[in-house]
Amino acid sequence: MKPKTMFEKIWEAHVVHEEAGQPSLLYIDRHLVHEVTSPQAFEGLRLTGRRVRRPELTFATMDHNVPTTNRKIPIQDAVSAKQIETLVQNCSEFGVALFDLDSPDQGIVHVIGPELGLTLPGQTLVCGDSHTSTHGAFGALAFGIGTSEVEHVLATQCLLQDKPKTFWIEVNGRRPYGVEAKDIILSIIGRIGTDGGTGSVIEYAGETIRRLSMEERMTVCNMSIEAGARAGMIAPDEKTFDYLRGRRYAPDDFDAAVERWRKLPTDVGSRFDRVLRVDAASLAPQITWGTNPGQVVAVDVCVPNPSDFSDPNARKSAERALDYMGLKAGTAMTEIPIDRVFIGSCTNARIEDLQRVARFVKGKRVALKVYAMIVPGSQQVKKQAENEGLDRIFKEAGFDWRESGCSMCLGMNPDILKPGERCASTSNRNFEGRQGKGGRTHLVSPIMAAAAAVEGRFADVRKYGRKGA
Amino acid sequence: MEPFKKQTGIVTLLDLPNVDTDQIIPKQFLKRIERTGFGQFLFYDWRFIDGKKPNPDFEMNADRYRGATILATRANFGCGSSREHAPWALLDYGFRCLIAPSFADIFHNNCFKNGILPVKLSESQVETIFERVRKTPGYRLTVDLEKKKIVSDDGLDFTFELDEFRRHGLLGGLDDIGLTLQYENKILAYEANHREISPAPPGQTSI
Repeated sequence: MKPKTMFEKIWEAHVVHEEAGQPSLLYIDRHLVHEVTSPQAFEGLRLTGRRVRRPELTFATMDHNVPTTNRKIPIQDAVSAKQIETLVQNCSEFGVALFDLDSPDQGIVHVIGPELGLTLPGQTLVCGDSHTSTHGAFGALAFGIGTSEVEHVLATQCLLQDKPKTFWIEVNGRRPYGVEAKDIILSIIGRIGTDGGTGSVIEYAGETIRRLSMEERMTVCNMSIEAGARAGMIAPDEKTFDYLRGRRYAPDDFDAAVERWRKLPTDVGSRFDRVLRVDAASLAPQITWGTNPGQVVAVDVCVPNPSDFSDPNARKSAERALDYMGLKAGTAMTEIPIDRVFIGSCTNARIEDLQRVARFVKGKRVALKVYAMIVPGSQQVKKQAENEGLDRIFKEAGFDWRESGCSMCLGMNPDILKPGERCASTSNRNFEGRQGKGGRTHLVSPIMAAAAAVEGRFADVRKYGRKGA
Repeated sequence: MEPFKKQTGIVTLLDLPNVDTDQIIPKQFLKRIERTGFGQFLFYDWRFIDGKKPNPDFEMNADRYRGATILATRANFGCGSSREHAPWALLDYGFRCLIAPSFADIFHNNCFKNGILPVKLSESQVETIFERVRKTPGYRLTVDLEKKKIVSDDGLDFTFELDEFRRHGLLGGLDDIGLTLQYENKILAYEANHREISPAPPGQTSI
């Protein structure tokens, strides 16, 4: 039998209909919905008299718009409030389960999906959000879709999809201290570019990936879209099964499911359209200097000079990025002072992220002129962090501790940068204005963000060694 | 959805690669629950100074581009967020056709759902269009989807590729959901045969 990739196995198991020269009709196992990209889709159903075909496979929460301060105070922004209220109404009208603002399970859609066991190996999972690639960490085919496609899935539980190419990225070698999952994916994006994965599904493999925890794997898969990839995925293994066992929406016949999931990993001898090998041992903590996630360097080097780029487009981008970021070529990254720190987002707001940050900042202080906030990815993460006393460590160190949501990752809620403010952020996008008009975002790992908070400028966390952290 | 057959229109330029959907339509405008009215916010932070005055340095604001229906730009247009508000804003502003060396996947998909034709041409062909547009104020192109051609009065003649399914959908202004529902029997058969793959999660009742 011809060896198959994990992607091919999942794809083939979900084809409802295919015809040469046409996109395939794929069945969708899980549909996650949030307040920003769904109202027009539900309205479309209403206008055409259609229903949600399988509401029991559809789950909603609100995350983008929600304030991360006191939940008891009504939302001040009337337009945000209306969008959130619209989701409540739509879920009630169409019979979709909703983790509402006051639910103990509310959170960023890509944090709560895995947390609740909604995300499972072998699934097709979609959401009207590009960071849906996160769920691929479980060996699912998970990708972001637009609002018209949200409506399509609501109405038909299917999607028309062109078969993507496959891209094998193998990461081997022991990560040095201070090199996190975030640094692995940032360095990959730096190498292949923000369109390096366009049209492809990436499978991450290799011993370094195998050694990552589930939450670290989610960080890697999360940013696949920043390389332009359709999806990112990692083969399920014992860690995956252990993580899912006992979760609320995990299958009742869990052992039988595990037996099926064991057949998912890519067969030896499978062919990929493209292969990349990465040596984790040679990686350093990463930090972006520009206005897309591919404009990234190791923390111990300097801001690049646009003339270093031979490609005219890359040169022009670099010039523009340095101008927007207010940076001079040749400045050491560790000499750049910061104003704000944001630890949060679907990339880095899970409990292990917070535990690592707490270990690092315990007994240290946020620099005087820095405003730093930590926003847990979900109410469950928040609760666990508080049970472990992490919130006290954060507050004693001078961090603001918030309610769960997307927060300053995208500035759709009150958490935004002011023009010219420079932020060390654990989120996923450093686009112009992403965190607020004129705001300057540098993407880093949680521990790099914590070190920047303490020092008031970017710092090479490796100097703290294992003892310091 | 309005069909796309043939469009003749003024071409405007956005001379930047990797234009992300946060630039096409900034996040503060995603709170609306309608599909319409986004054109006024297109490229908001680049188009306007302080949200009011048109930015004279933003090429698209020049008088010569007024009424443009075709946007030529650089590689990886539409990267980042999946927000369909981006094609909604482009369409509402008046664009029916986008020309670039490459587009980001989700954005590219979203265009076809809204009657916008994204045309991929080579870097050098796009460069030719940029040169001609800059040389001739009011420069127009005709984009013919039937023939898969882009032509101009001054002799430009490029052929582009597009898969038949998408071409057919745009030409007819077809609704994908309607197409998929023609396969209702196949969907039912799939659901009957694949209960194991896609069961209702515990606590969720199938309707």
